[in-house]
This record gives sequence, structure tokens and C-alpha cells, in this order.
Amino acid sequence: MSSARLVLADGSVFEGRAVGASGSVDGEVVFNTSMTGYQEMLTDPSYAGQLLTLTYPMIGNYGVDAAVEESGQIQPRGLIVREVAPVSSHPRSTSDLATFLAERDVVAIDGVDTRAITRRIRRHGVMLGTITTEPADEALERVRALPGYDSIDWASQVSTGEQYGWEPFAEKNELRPSMEPKANKAVVKPRDAASQRRVVLIDGGVKRNIMRSLVARNCEVTVLPIDANAEEVLALRPDGILWSPGPGDPQVQNFQVEETRKLIGSVPLFGICLGHQVIARALGAGTFKLPFGHRGGNHPVRDERTGTVTITAQNHGYAVDPDGLADSAEVSHVNLNDGTVEGLRMRSEPVMTIQYHSEASPGPLDSMGMFDRFVELMDAEGGRG
Amino acid sequence: MTKPESVLIIGSGAIVIGQAAEFDYAGTQACKAVREEGVRSILVNSNPATIMTDLDVADAVYIEPLTVPTIERIIARERPEGLLPTLGGQTGLNLAVDLANAGILEKYDVKLLGTPLESIRRAEDRELFNDLLAKIGEPVLDSEPCETLEACEAAAERIGLPVVIRPAYTLGGTGGGIAFTPEELHTIATSGLSASPITQVLIERYLGGWKEVEYEVMRDGAGNCVTICNMENLDPMGVHTGDSIVVAPSQTLTDKDYQMLRSAALRIIDELGIEGGCNIQFSMAPRKDVRDWEGDPSEPLPYYVIEVNPRVSRSSALASKATGYPIARVAAKIACGKTLDEIPNAVTQRTTAAFEPALDYCVVKIPRWPFDKFALGDRGLGTQMKATGEVMAIDRTFEGALNKAVRSLEFGRRTLLWEDPAWRDAKAIDLRATDTRLWALMAVLRRDVPVEEVATETGVDPWFLERLQRIVEVERRLLSEPLDAELLLEAKRMGFSDEMVGQLADRLAEHVREMRLQLGMRPVYKMVDTCAAEFDAFTPYFYSTYEQENEATPEPGVSTVVLGSGPIRIGQGIEFDYASVHAAWALQDAGRRAILVNSNPETVSTDFDTSDRLYFEPLDEEAVRNILENEAGETGETPTSIVQFGGQTAVNLADPLWRAGQGIIGSSAEAIDTAEDRELFERFLQNLGIPQPPGAAVRTLEEGLKTAQTIGYPVLVRPSYVLGGRAMEIVQNPREMVGFLAQAAEAAEGRPILIDKYLEGREVEVDAICDGERVLIPGIMEHIERTGVHSGDSMAVYPPVHLDDEERETICRHTEQIVLGMGAIGLTNIQYVVLPRDASGQPQVYVIEVNPRASRTVPFISKVTGVPMVQLAVRAMCGETLESQGYEGGLWPERNLVAVKAPVFSMSKLAEVDTYLGPEMKSTGEVMGIDSAYEPALAKALVASDLAVEAGTPVLLSLSDRTKAEALPLVHALHDAGCELFATEGTGAMLDGLGIPSTVVTKVLSGAHPNVVDVIEDGTVRCVLNTSENRMTGSLRDGFHIRRAAAEKRIPCFTSIDTARAAIETMRGTVTPEVARLDEYVAR
Repeated sequence: MSSARLVLADGSVFEGRAVGASGSVDGEVVFNTSMTGYQEMLTDPSYAGQLLTLTYPMIGNYGVDAAVEESGQIQPRGLIVREVAPVSSHPRSTSDLATFLAERDVVAIDGVDTRAITRRIRRHGVMLGTITTEPADEALERVRALPGYDSIDWASQVSTGEQYGWEPFAEKNELRPSMEPKANKAVVKPRDAASQRRVVLIDGGVKRNIMRSLVARNCEVTVLPIDANAEEVLALRPDGILWSPGPGDPQVQNFQVEETRKLIGSVPLFGICLGHQVIARALGAGTFKLPFGHRGGNHPVRDERTGTVTITAQNHGYAVDPDGLADSAEVSHVNLNDGTVEGLRMRSEPVMTIQYHSEASPGPLDSMGMFDRFVELMDAEGGRG
Repeated sequence: MTKPESVLIIGSGAIVIGQAAEFDYAGTQACKAVREEGVRSILVNSNPATIMTDLDVADAVYIEPLTVPTIERIIARERPEGLLPTLGGQTGLNLAVDLANAGILEKYDVKLLGTPLESIRRAEDRELFNDLLAKIGEPVLDSEPCETLEACEAAAERIGLPVVIRPAYTLGGTGGGIAFTPEELHTIATSGLSASPITQVLIERYLGGWKEVEYEVMRDGAGNCVTICNMENLDPMGVHTGDSIVVAPSQTLTDKDYQMLRSAALRIIDELGIEGGCNIQFSMAPRKDVRDWEGDPSEPLPYYVIEVNPRVSRSSALASKATGYPIARVAAKIACGKTLDEIPNAVTQRTTAAFEPALDYCVVKIPRWPFDKFALGDRGLGTQMKATGEVMAIDRTFEGALNKAVRSLEFGRRTLLWEDPAWRDAKAIDLRATDTRLWALMAVLRRDVPVEEVATETGVDPWFLERLQRIVEVERRLLSEPLDAELLLEAKRMGFSDEMVGQLADRLAEHVREMRLQLGMRPVYKMVDTCAAEFDAFTPYFYSTYEQENEATPEPGVSTVVLGSGPIRIGQGIEFDYASVHAAWALQDAGRRAILVNSNPETVSTDFDTSDRLYFEPLDEEAVRNILENEAGETGETPTSIVQFGGQTAVNLADPLWRAGQGIIGSSAEAIDTAEDRELFERFLQNLGIPQPPGAAVRTLEEGLKTAQTIGYPVLVRPSYVLGGRAMEIVQNPREMVGFLAQAAEAAEGRPILIDKYLEGREVEVDAICDGERVLIPGIMEHIERTGVHSGDSMAVYPPVHLDDEERETICRHTEQIVLGMGAIGLTNIQYVVLPRDASGQPQVYVIEVNPRASRTVPFISKVTGVPMVQLAVRAMCGETLESQGYEGGLWPERNLVAVKAPVFSMSKLAEVDTYLGPEMKSTGEVMGIDSAYEPALAKALVASDLAVEAGTPVLLSLSDRTKAEALPLVHALHDAGCELFATEGTGAMLDGLGIPSTVVTKVLSGAHPNVVDVIEDGTVRCVLNTSENRMTGSLRDGFHIRRAAAEKRIPCFTSIDTARAAIETMRGTVTPEVARLDEYVAR
């Protein structure tokens, strides 16, 4: 295997081997501490424009299985790991990760000291970098000339181009219904097919498990592109609106902040990750960039009303600054590690948001109940019925 | 919940198979955590070799037998507000249940803290547990609790063989097993029913070849749940998890699998209402080509919940060390009413205990089995645990961690390259689950047996096998290709030692090392920080790997390295961890940075806050030299090392370190050599005029026979430089000598074998501390068993009861002369034999053995004399005199108390192992009885070691001719105490002659019934006295079945007339033992 290197904007260089597709890729270098779920992460649109470092050293142990993919394509620009597992084994595996990376045209580097990379990012913040075979000094020059990650509207790039209705099992390898993890505690009353809840989903980079989770709760999901305006959303007469997760700085989503403001109070609104940040801005709050983000499956979040602590899946580089938040809203969830906002709630309107990922995939399923809560909100509002 | 004012913590007693050092670690953490909360801690444990029984760990320390009446007396005295039952293993848990059932907790208004009793019952009672699983929709494995043999047979019929038999409320799977045939069902069900305190076994469907996965989970009183760690076993279902090779985190589980089991685990602890730590074992369907199962792999994989331990366990200790998350500490705080988010995370000092550790490395645990000592034992692994201890290694890949773990085992000098000589015939390679299966897997892969075939045969997931295959590929390259930088780096990243590389690439290890250093190829050290580097962490806990960035940069100050003792094994137990921990603390007190090296995940020494820096590494020359060089940093000056406290493991490193030019403080390598080299030692003693039994060091059979001839049989034969009397034997004649020398030669690994005249007499042991000028002897111990029984298997009494002043003075004088003469600095242990005085009237004190290191009696003597032995020794090594530490030389004034240390064995768990006491050590742990007089102290030691015999107990006697005369008074005493006597033929005739009635049962197993085994198995006799000449004679072979039956039945079996005398003499119980705190006894 040929050698390759990761060059960071601060000039640090990490030598490794090229795996997957050949070529150079640039992006914002981030790390995720989840020990499982590499294929889910590789297909998570929130990694658009990024080079993803996985801190767990042996990646690819259980092979690949198209059924777990979270979108139709590979999302990060490149993958950085200590070892692309030379062996893999699982009852459902159809191939190994190295082959998968090559077939899906993913540029990756392995054999690098990912812990050293992670420590550098933790200390100095996320930064641009490149996985390349070119000499380090040339690469560094190129990296320094790259446009800033924050200035780009990544969400629009990964959003659907057109409206579509989510059809479970439309794709050959889609997860079977029995793969749906058992909901934790709340149980949603089934409705018959005729009285399904209709959810409109604004797609800034949605993960399939959000839609699967809604469908499993008797919801019919219509996905709209991120540039849909409020009239278009409401014209679908939704029982509820879900504002999806997605990549990039919420500060570039000014149009959607305005449109979202119009939606508040009309029908139940549930924002996840980017959706949470956009709704927060619509409610007067600000957002800021975290030094190195929250990416992993082990972040403790406290529900401010009950005091309960839940372990959550997270993947975000920006957070909500509650300063300026309208009096009609309050912080509902807080991250125990750094005290950042993890969720908002409106006092008298059916609006709930979470910064973390209730859909998990990868990550703990402990927050699947948030979907039940969303359905309860819709049912309480009466929806179309 | 409100915080209690005081808490009683019950320890787990002696170290036995299935319950080892992990509970000292858990209990010590718990005591510290409880005290931090401002809660008074009261600790009771019968095991003196623990850190938890140190006076400064808990507020009140009781070293008393772990029985309901004793604990009731402690409760009555201390009136604790709460009882914390989940930190003392199964022993502690069972006692808490017994105390509750006996109404004692209610009577004294003691609240059970942490996990409620009802939860414990629902977790431990299979029927209740299955109901709970069904209620929350978790899959229930087909099983049936049975209380009779007939019920077992009916259940097995319904479920279909093979079935697993699991006795209720036992530890380490004692008495259980897997039955493939009706005969096996009969045997195992019988033993299982007898092992269970409630006479109940579970007959369960057998999932052979399925994956085994464990989750360590925590829940607080507010219902917050977190997972600390999951672990996957290399060995599939069917092998006890304590006997399995385990990796953390799981490797072959997808995120969907991982989260499915995690959610199930959290639902279960939530439903159980656990408040603290809990371990849940799952079985999950394997690849269909490994084992076929019904169902569609595109559905979620089927799984079953196998077992729940509603307490901290061996696995939780492993999980704590594997992740850096202190489970026992957090569990104790939860029991005091804290919620997870209120408990600070000591690792990051910023976040809280409410999180789940993220690992950025791979952990491998390998059990340490005692089959180097019990070569004839049944080496098969099943549901009953056999390992005495374990090692853990950490690296960034499985291969690296595995190789380092094997290097840590210290099973001879066995690396992953080892092969059984019998395997030259490939058909002899046994892939069944035994202690050598890992090596057998390597062997077949080296012989190109396809991975799929091996996987199908063994049920081991192909992932593991293919990883092993990769190691084999590097072996081949090392054998065939020139050794270049790229290949060397690949081998080092896979954990190959320089020695292994050299062995394959045909170079000396030292040359490989030189090449490596020339290439600048040094390991770096990475931190175990619970969070995969996401947060700044402060745990000084490191492992080596070959990568770019080193995190363990040297720190200012004078550092000293304490070499630990590795895995718990027979002969090298928790006592050496006790000493290592105290050494680290003493260094800190002396103003030095203490750096600890160890590979044992169960222990206090590998807790991240015991030392200033912990290296979790193999204790071999390469690993230690790398660490020393890493600590040198730019200046090039390496820290000094202490080899005195880590048992023979550390002592054996003295010579290689000295040769490598590394400094050792304390006794020098030369002093160690003087003690270990037979000829040097003989000359040394001659110069001092101190007698020792005549003997010599030999290297050949001819020399051995000649030496024995000259000094006269019987002789004691043993290898030098080994611990625990491994391959040590009393040999009576040349014929035995021929057979035995071969065994001893193997254990000696090229070093000479010692042959000494066997002197039968009173055995005495001392530990001494020397600063180079003065020698302090904290206490003299007298053994109850005469010479010939290994000191570790002997009961020892402090202070001595049968020595007069002159004999004591002689012992002290000899000790001073030897210690000063050798130039031993720090601790020295000396064993003497005291013979009856001859015509000269002079005391007859012979030196048997000198060990210039801490011995297993150090914690015992430290505790009963109040002399902080390790502290004094370490400070002496650092150059402080005893005088400056406030101590004089000579014998420390004897305390006004009597303490008896008694060995504890794990024989019921080791099928086919002979239990007779001899020169080779067999016990796994120890207990202590302490009181103001000999008789009650002895009685306590016997109770605590399960050797107490009550008046009226029916006894089976089978005595060798040589011991019959000595046994006479004992036989009378038994008869007088109303014990019904059973005897084998010869012994029966002797009793007849005495006019003492007895029932004769035959020794001949093939003949009439009832025979000796029948009366033991059916409970007719409840105690056995069986003496024999020695292992080579017929009487020993005859007695084997008697002793095994007694071990299986878990009844006292005395093989030394001296132990029997002690037990029979205390049977009358004329004095009621006291119950008092350790410091109260010592202060008298």
C-alpha cells in the first residue's frame, strides 16, 4: 500500500497509508469517539465537507451491510483511522471495509496515530486539513488557501433537490421493520392506516433512521428540500413538522430561520441538531462554534424538568447560545460535560428541539422516546383530525 | 435517600478460585468512597492479606470470621445504620441475605444500602428472573430450576441434551457443568445440588458455539442508567467467563447489535431496581457458518440473557481497569444516596460519573490457570471456573494486546510461539476448551488448517482466528525474510517481544533490541483516560504501543519504579499486591514519585490513584527496560527500581536489570544471588557458623542420586528461583528420586535443583527489616504443621507458642547475622526448623530457606504487630535508618494477642487435583483468627477456613502406619467428643485393638458398598482424617479418592496430623472467642 499523510492547517503532519480511493481530499478535520457504527457515520450527511477521524483504532471489524446506511451516499470527504481492519466477521456482512471504501470512492488514510490527531484537535480546535500523497509543504500551502468551512452552506448541498414521500423499504437493502429498535418506555398507541399522522420533514441532511422511527410510529413522512418556504410546508397540511439535522454553520441558514419563525405555533414542531439550531435562532437565540464539537455516543444530557440524565448520540460542531432566547421558550436540556444547550421547549406552543440525535444510529437508543413525545404532541394538537 | 451515618461493609474472605483480589480492590475503593462522603465505615473481612483491612482504609476494621453470629456481634457493637452488601462478592452478598433472613438487620435497624434485597433475590432466583424477563419482553432461555436429581432428569428430558447445570447461589460456577449424556447429567447434577446452599440447580438449554457478550452497567437511585463497558469472549458459550479470554470492547458486534444488547441491559437493571453496579451476560447468535441456528440473519440477531450479577464482580474490576471508570467507588457513592451526575469524575476532574467511557484501544484479558502446579488436574474448561487469577494487556490492536497479555502470564517463559512438544504430531493438537486452547489455535493455523474449519470446530468467531492468522503470517515473514525496519515495526505493533522476534529471525533478543533502538523504534505510552482523548484527563495510567506521540513524558522529581507481582497464582497471591501498594505509598511518603508496573487488573496496585504513574504492562525484561528508558527522558538518567515486593516475578527481574545497568534499591542482585545460589549460600552460612540441613545444588540425575546417598534419605528436592514450592517434594529413596528429578528439572528452567536433607521438626518463620546496620524483627511465627508442609499451606501462629526464650534468641541472632552478612536492605524472610534439643542442651535451629524479599507473611505480621513493615523497608532502601524512623533493632516486643493464619484451598473447583499437604503449595488464599489467647484464635482461624469440626461430627479415619501412634490421642478425643467413627480396613483394626467402636468401610472402590467414597458422598461422614507417607507410595494413591470426594463434598479433610490435632483440640470450645476491632487487639 502506498504511503499517504494527513496535513493539518497548523502544519502538523501524520504519516500513514493510503486506503480506499486514491487522490487528495480536503476538509474540516473532526473526530468521533463512538466505538461502533462506522458505516452509519460514513453515510451521515452531517459530515459533509469534513474529514472524519474515528478514535476507536480498529475500524471495519464487522464488515459492511448496506442496510445500515443513513443516506444514499458517502458523506465525509475522507476517513482517518488507526487501522482499516484487515479482517471482518458478522452474520450480515457482505463485504469488508477496505473494498467498500474503494468501491464507494472514499479516500482514506490508516496507520496514523489517531489519538495524537484527536489530542491536537481537542487542544487547538477543529481545523482544515488534507489527506494526500503530495509532499507535506505543498499540501500545507493548499490547505491554507482553502475557504473556511463555516462560510459554506453545506446543508443545501446535502438536502434533497425535490419533495418526496419517504417509502420504507423502497430500496432493496433498506432496514427491515423488525430492525427498528424497541422503543424505550413510552408506548405510542397504534392508529389504523387511515389515520396516520402526516409529518413534513425539512431536509437539511436527514438520516434515514429518523424517517424509520417516524414510520414505526404510524407517521407518513413527506420530505421537503431545505429551501422550501413556510407556505409550501403548511400547504401539505402536516400534523407535525420535523426539522432535520444537517451539516454546517446555522449562521448561514438565514432564509430558513425566517421561514421557520412563520411555522412556530402553527403545528407541532420538532427540531433535531441543525433543526434545533435553526429553531433556536428563530426564537431569538444565537449560535456559536464549539472548539472541537461533540461527536460520539456517550454524551450525558440532563432533562432540566425531571433531572434525569440520558446518554445520547451527538454530532454537532455548533451550539446554541441561549442569550436572547424569547421568553416564550426555555432551555429544556443541558449537556453535563460542558453545560451547553441540548434542547429547547416553548412554554405554550408545541415546539420541542434537541441538539442530540434521538434517532441514534449510531449510538444509544435511550432517546427514542423523543419521537413518541413528538407523536404525543401531534395527537394532543389534534392534527388534521 | 438520605446519607447514612455509618455503614458496614462485608469483604469476601480468603482468595479462592472465583473470588480473588478484585474484591479487595472493590472493597478498598468502597471504603475510601464512603469516607469521602463523611460516612463512618466499618469493615469486616477474614482475610488479612488485603489492603481493605488496613487500619487507615476504614474507620473500624474487624478481621473476624465471616459468619452470621460473628457479624451479628459486630453489628450489636457498632450499630451501623446501613449495610453495603454488594462489594464483597458472592460471599458478602450471601451473608447479607442470611443476615436479613435471620431477622438480624431488622433487630438492629440496619438498612440495606444500594441495590435492595428484593432486587438481589429477583436477579439470583432463576424463576423470578425469568418472570421479570418475560414481563419486559426479553427473550428467556429455556430452563428449569430443580431441587432433586429426578427433577433434573425430567427437565433435561424435556429441554433435550446437552444441557447446562448451574447451581444456585454459588460462586465461579462451583459444582456446575455441561452434560452431554445422561451419565454426565447424573454426575454433574449431584455435585451441583450439593454445591448449592439452597440445594437448587438450574437445568438450561445449552448454546454451545454462540457468542458470549457481557455488559457492565450502573444505575443510581434516581433511575439514571449508564453502561461502563461491554466485553466479548473469544471463547464461545460453554466456558465460564472467568476462564475465557475476553476482549473489550466487543469486536464483532455492529452498532445495531451493540445498542440492542445495551438497551436490553439497561431495561433489565431498571426493572430490577439495581442501585449500584451490575453485570449482565448475554449469548448472541454466531455466524451461521460457525453454528447454524433457526432464523433469518437479516432480522435482529437472536440473543438470550444468561446471567445477572447484581453486585460488583470480577468482570466489573476488569471493566474498571479496561476503561478507567471506578465502578466500585461509584457504586458505593450511589449506595450513600448520590446520583450519577452528583459524583465527580476523578479522571477528567471536570465531568461527572454520568457518562459512558469511550475506549480508543483494545483490551485483552487472559485467565491464569494453576495447571503449571497441577499438571495432573483436569485441564478441561467448562462452566466451573478454574483460573486463580488473570492478566490484562492494552494496545491499539487486538494482536498487540494479545501478545502482551500472553507475555504477562508468566506461565514459564511461554509466549504465543509456544507449542506442546506432543503437537509435533498434528493429530495431537486438542482444540477443545482447555488452558492451552489459544496455543492450539495458533498451532493449527500454523499448519494451514483453514480458519472456517477451526471456527466450525471450536465456535470461536472467525474474526479472532483471522487475527491470529495475521500473527502467524508475521511469524512466517520473520522466519523467511530479512529483518528490516518495516517488518520489525509490524512485528512490534503486533506485540511481538524482541525475544520472539529474535527467536524467529535467528538473532539474540539483545541484538533485536539494539537494531530497534538504532532505528529509533521505541514504544510510546498512551493514556487510559475514559474518553478517547476527548477531554483533558489526569489519570496517570498508561500502556505502550508503537506509534507517533508519547504522552508519558517524564515528570520532575526523583522517581522509583515498583515492580508488581503479575497475576494471582498459587504461591504468589494477593499478599504481594499488598506489599507493592504499600511500597508505592511509602515512596510517596518519602517524597518520591512512585511508578508502578503490573499486569493484573484485579488489584489495588493497578488502581489509577495508587501510584503517581501506572504502567499496565507485562513484567518482563523488555517492558520494564522500555519503561525505565521512557522515564529517563532527555537526561538519560533512568529511575531506580524496587524488586522486593512483587514476589518472585519481580525478584527474577533483578538480574536482567542489573546486567542492563539499571539501578536497584534494596538488596542487590548479589545479595539475591547469595540466597538463591545453593553453593554460595552454603559457604556463606558456614562462615557465619549457622547450621543448615546438609545438601547441594545439582544439575543431573547422577549428581542428584549421589548427593542424596551422601546426606541420606529422606531428602527435600526443589528447583531454585521459583516460588510456592513448585515441583518441590520429599523423596524417600533412589527410585522416587529418578521419577521426581525430571519434573523438578522442567520447573527449574535450566537453573540448578536443590537437594537437602529433610529434617522433621517445628517450622518457624521470620520477616526482618534491615537498613544496613540494624535488623528489626517484627515477629516470629510458628507453624502448626511440621516441616514438609509448604509454609504457604501451613497454619502459622504469632507469637510462637512452643519456643522458649533461648530458641527465640537463637533465631533472632541467626536472622541478624544472615541479613547483615548478605547485605540485604529492606525485607528478608527466613524459614527455620527447630529440632528437639540434643544432648548438648543447645537450641537446634537450622536455616531452611532465605528469601531476600517481602514474603506472603508481610501483611499478616504487619497487621498483628502494628509495625508498618513495608513502609520501614522502603524508607530504609531510600537511605533512612530504622532509628530515624523511630525503631530499634532486634525483636519487636510481642503483642498481647494471638493470631493464627490459616490457608484456604480451592480444591472443589479443580477436578483430579490431589489435596494432600506437602512441600508444594496448593492453597489459594488465607484467613486470620485473632484473639487474646491461642485457643479462641485458632478456633476462629479454623471457622474462617472452613476446617472447624464440631463435637459429634461423624469422622472417617484412614491413617498411614507411620502416623497411627501419633493419632492415638486424637482418636480418643474424637471418641470422647461423641463423634461416630468410620475407618478404612487397617485403621479399623487399630481402633478395634483400642476398644474404640468404628464402622469399617472399604478402600476398594470396585468391591463392596458402602466404600469410603460412598460414605463421604451421601453425607454419612462430615470430616475426614487421612494421612499418608508421601506421594510416591501406594497409600497416597489409595487416599486420592477419599480426598477428592471430601473436596467435592466440601467437608474438612485433614492430611496432616498436626492440622487435625489443632482442629480436634479446639473442638471442645471452652472459651468463647471475642469480637473486637483489629486496633483494639493490637493495642493490648
